[in-house]
Amino acid sequence: MSSERPLLELRGVSKSFGGLAVMTRLDLHVGEGEIVSVIGPNGAGKTTLFNLVTGIYAPDSGEILFDGKTIVGLEPHRIAQLGIARTFQTLRLFLNMTVKENVKAATYGHTKARWWQSALRTPAARREEREVEALAEERLAFFGKRLVGYRMDQPAYSLSYANRRRLEIARATGTMPRLLLLDEPAAGMNPVETHEITELIGRLREEGGYTILVIEHDMHVVEGISDRVVALDHGEKIAEGSFDQVATDPRVVEAYLGAQAASEGA
Amino acid sequence: MPRIGTDEWVSEQELRTEYYRGLTAPARRAFDRVGPGPRFFAFLAICALFPFLTDSAFLIRVGVNVMLFALLALGLNIVVGWAGLLDLGYVAFYGFGAYMYAWISSAHFDVHLPTELAIPIVVAASACLGLLLGLPSWRLVGDYLAITTLFFAQIFVELALNLDRVNLPWRDEPLDLTGGPNGIPGIDRMSLFGIQLDDVRDYYFLLLILLALIVVGLFYLNDSRTGRGWRASREDPLAAELMTTPVNRLKLLAFAMGAAIAGLTGSIFAAVQTGVFPQNFEVTLLIMIYAALILGGAGSISGAVLGAIVVAAVPEILRTPENARWLFYCALVLALLVAVRPWTRLAVVAGAVVGFGFVVHALVGWLWPAGVEGETSGGTLAGVLDSWVFVPAESQDTVGNVAFVLLVAAVLWLTTLRGNARIAVLVPTIYLAAFVWENRLVEQPSVTRQLLFGAILVAMMTTRPQGLLGTPRVENPI
Repeated sequence: MSSERPLLELRGVSKSFGGLAVMTRLDLHVGEGEIVSVIGPNGAGKTTLFNLVTGIYAPDSGEILFDGKTIVGLEPHRIAQLGIARTFQTLRLFLNMTVKENVKAATYGHTKARWWQSALRTPAARREEREVEALAEERLAFFGKRLVGYRMDQPAYSLSYANRRRLEIARATGTMPRLLLLDEPAAGMNPVETHEITELIGRLREEGGYTILVIEHDMHVVEGISDRVVALDHGEKIAEGSFDQVATDPRVVEAYLGAQAASEGA
Repeated sequence: MPRIGTDEWVSEQELRTEYYRGLTAPARRAFDRVGPGPRFFAFLAICALFPFLTDSAFLIRVGVNVMLFALLALGLNIVVGWAGLLDLGYVAFYGFGAYMYAWISSAHFDVHLPTELAIPIVVAASACLGLLLGLPSWRLVGDYLAITTLFFAQIFVELALNLDRVNLPWRDEPLDLTGGPNGIPGIDRMSLFGIQLDDVRDYYFLLLILLALIVVGLFYLNDSRTGRGWRASREDPLAAELMTTPVNRLKLLAFAMGAAIAGLTGSIFAAVQTGVFPQNFEVTLLIMIYAALILGGAGSISGAVLGAIVVAAVPEILRTPENARWLFYCALVLALLVAVRPWTRLAVVAGAVVGFGFVVHALVGWLWPAGVEGETSGGTLAGVLDSWVFVPAESQDTVGNVAFVLLVAAVLWLTTLRGNARIAVLVPTIYLAAFVWENRLVEQPSVTRQLLFGAILVAMMTTRPQGLLGTPRVENPI
């Protein structure tokens, strides 16, 4: 659970696009080793939150601290190098690269071989290449038999949808992150696969030691994994707490079902 | 056919059936078993032996051209095939390298640097220019980058043409930088480590060594973090950036390396030709380099080399009508082999074409005797062809032109047909093609070369859109 200093902390972060406020003074913290879920109806600003943290957008105001240091204004690849990795709601794999190469490509930030060393295949470059190879195989083996064996050398486009989702997670862990941002990992999965994802997120924390911030619509998944749930609506935090607290919060019910339904339920 | 969403098994199956089918499958499997290393050395050995098998300076000059093209295609492959940046200004780097070498190794400014120094200077300067012209790629993608870089290519030619009278405030007379339309003649031959490179044969070996080194370097680079970084930023720049890849830095590196290779090639070209002229670096050359790369398969090293061989050697083969004719009929037969399956149907078509020809020849001879009195232009095939294709004694050109239009129409019609109707139309179409060839095209080698070359490209792209040695790619659905 949360330690004295949170791993990720957002203080009063605001963002608007041409007068449309998509995020208003959001405060959020994720402690080391915690699993926090972000829920909210479509357009609530959940993916914007991820885009702000990963540096795709710069906030208009507010602070984003990772491990106590501000990451506002850093280039996205620098932020990723510091230890924040993400997956995408709409899958964005390197489709024409092999499954293994997808994971290898994510090791760019913490490998050192310069291009001339690689072109000459110096001993240092060769050693590093072996390490990358081993790391990629290990990350793919995390998913059991699904991504290993003959599949490692197949192009990513040959994978089924569920395996593509798994590969996205494997690729994100290839960057050696401390914080994993998972954007709807169970979207489009069938009930069995959804159950599997729930277990997987737990294992990611237990075995990988990652802190996890996850956007999810499937309430079974949210219930199954979360230490804490944060509900967003129109770019504002409307509730925070345990799953039970948030799920029964009248403002959350209202955001999802409308004011009338909320009052009838109450 | 889009291949997104193809699940593993289907995609596997497709590869499997394609791989184990057809007459060439055993050869293909044997080729695979050999592995890239021995294949590379075998290719190298053949290239190294080539100058000893022939005395013809012309053939060796063709070899030099092929290797210049191969180097250019390899450099372009970094930018276009790996980093996925559509760089249409590439030829400017080639020209810049050539002019740069001319400035520091000719009587033009009376500077004669030793080659060991001149080449690194040219390469470094080209790489710097590449860095500079690569900057737009930070913000422009796809077509927009292509248009912008195309302007660089045009600007280079304009500058080369017009920088022969530059007025500078501290000089009384204008400075002649590029020699204008006359270019810079009298460039020094190269001399490396005490070895004077005098004739074309010497440059052939210099180019071969460079080609070998660059191929090996690129082969290693492709399977390294840099190569993966390039390909990842080609596939999805945003995802690559978020997976710790500094996309912008890698784009510049790609531009700089492509430019360095092009500049190096340019300096050797300048030394081989002992002169540089603006018309050596026009957009037509750019198109040929792209043709080589795309034909061979963008993203593939061996593809770039093979593409260069085809693009640089085929026009030379087509120079003599006799060769061109052989190539024409071989291409026709090959196209039939690929397009008509199974072989029973192929046999029917082939028999029908031959029979059709003799029948038509006989009919024309009976109805219009003057129509068969002309002769095909000779050569080894003439004896057979004279009684198969009819050649009118006069007004060949008119008949040929009409037939040419008919041929285009027939080919278009052919593409809309299926099944037996297609076979039925195919037979007269092939005869018509042979007729047009013998009556019209064989007489005009320069036009024929372009036409035939274009036809080969079109045929290649319909049967193998990924290029000869390329791997099929899917589009990112974003």
